[in-house]
Amino acid sequence: MPGVNDTMTVNGVSIDDGFAEAFPMAGTAIQITAINEKWALEAARSMTGFATSVIACGCEGGIDKVLTPAETRDGRPGVRVLFFSFDAGGLEKQVTTRLGQCILTSPTSACYADFDSETKIDLGSAIRYFADGWQISKKFEGRHFWRMPVMEGEFLCEAETGVTTDGVGGGNLLLMARTTAQALAASEAAIEAMRKVPDVIMPFPGGIVRSGSKVGGKYKGMMASTNDAYCPTLKGVTKSELTPEIGSVLEIVIDGLSARAVADAMRVGIKAVTDLGPEEGALRIGAGNYGGNLGPHHFHLKDLLP
Amino acid sequence: MTGLTFRKREEPAERLDLSPLTPSRLAGMAERDIAALAVGTSRMGLRVGDVFDVAMGDAAAIRFEGGSDRFDRIGEAMDGGEITVAGDAGVRLGRMLAGGRISVSGSVGAHAGSAMSGGVIAISGNAGERLGGPLAGEMMGMKGGTITVGGNAGVRAGDRMRRGVIFVTGAAGEDLASRMIAGTIVVGGRAAATPGRLMKRGTLVLCSGAERFAPTFLDNGPADLLILKIMADAFAKGEVGEVPFHGAPMRRLGGDTAVLGLGEVFLPL
Repeated sequence: MPGVNDTMTVNGVSIDDGFAEAFPMAGTAIQITAINEKWALEAARSMTGFATSVIACGCEGGIDKVLTPAETRDGRPGVRVLFFSFDAGGLEKQVTTRLGQCILTSPTSACYADFDSETKIDLGSAIRYFADGWQISKKFEGRHFWRMPVMEGEFLCEAETGVTTDGVGGGNLLLMARTTAQALAASEAAIEAMRKVPDVIMPFPGGIVRSGSKVGGKYKGMMASTNDAYCPTLKGVTKSELTPEIGSVLEIVIDGLSARAVADAMRVGIKAVTDLGPEEGALRIGAGNYGGNLGPHHFHLKDLLP
Repeated sequence: MTGLTFRKREEPAERLDLSPLTPSRLAGMAERDIAALAVGTSRMGLRVGDVFDVAMGDAAAIRFEGGSDRFDRIGEAMDGGEITVAGDAGVRLGRMLAGGRISVSGSVGAHAGSAMSGGVIAISGNAGERLGGPLAGEMMGMKGGTITVGGNAGVRAGDRMRRGVIFVTGAAGEDLASRMIAGTIVVGGRAAATPGRLMKRGTLVLCSGAERFAPTFLDNGPADLLILKIMADAFAKGEVGEVPFHGAPMRRLGGDTAVLGLGEVFLPL
């Protein structure tokens, strides 16, 4: 078993003595509201589509939580959405492009800032010219909004939102199981619990990655390639991190507005997986890292045990 | 520490210029020096000590006990702190106010909040003409901040207003928001004559309607807009306070098309 250090066992699930290595990212939060939850989710899902990995998508985005009317700025159903990118400039470009194509266009939608900070990125200020001179600026009580006449009525959008450079991208859990069905069951249990943690997103489809990657690859120009050490079909032909009984591995990647939020999400994810146990779920929990030399945030699994 | 208090002895025989009595100008001054400040506007040469009993206190919180419609230019160009007037005030209250808060329990004269850029003016009574407006020759009136009037506003409130919020609980005099450049004005009562005449941009919410409009205002029909609810909620939680609209649909007029035509007036349906 090369490289495996499963020093802890909780409810029959072994947990590696390893750590997730994560990186600083610029992050922001916005609130999308609509006439009902269905249309708020339609807008949010559209906006966070193709936002799984910053490497190829330009940003990572996802739904933090569904908001009740009492939690939104305009008293309608809403969704809190988070986005992360390498820097504030890249984040603004991604968020405003998606805002213009996915929120402005979505019936009954409105968009508000949902993160306070001194540093801001544009929201409505970046897309107001779509209104072709009919845009209306409203400033009151310390807030700035843009109103844009559209065919459906009027699109209301806050001018800016706050951005943090204390965001963290790349927190992760590797869930290793006998079968794909068991790996998926463990992952789904973890995701269900982690979605209750505020200020985090799991940006991949359904929150789960089946094709975890390593940095670089044998082919020129590849920024990332398959994580062969965790591919069960390559056991024996590569320097595998998997024991013989592991037949499938799924990964959960976590981005958060703070390191604490990422740690909290990993903690509840580990608990959900260990609560499920090895018969229905994962045999083993690990975490991906690059030796600790690339990312400043190290989330040690032993510090996150239930 | 209590505030610095100016207690009126008797009604002054002339109009007074009280612009020297702001928190930043009085900070650190001795009582004798304050009493010696000139506030008269005639050859009588009245000084603070001739008109007021001065009770020293924190200059950041100035209080006038006993107001007068001859108390002009209170809080002029103030940039912080607080002034409270128990009674009436004269003209140009809070003109060019940049920050802080001025509260008046009575009524005020013309040009209150003229060309102010920030801060809050809260008038419990009525406001005179050209509330927030510019003086003759100036290009812009109010440029920011908040004015609330518990009673009525005189003619041409919000003249050449550029930014900020005015809320008049009662009625507005003739030609509210004349030549308005931008900003928001809410009037609980009826607006006299032709509100918004020559307004370029800006928002008027006339909760009890208006006497009439210039023919260059065009009816956009009923409008169910989120901004009305967002504004009402924000005002209720902020300096403006509760306003008489709550986000329900209102009739929208666009104008004044005699000029830029990007302003709007909201009326009850």
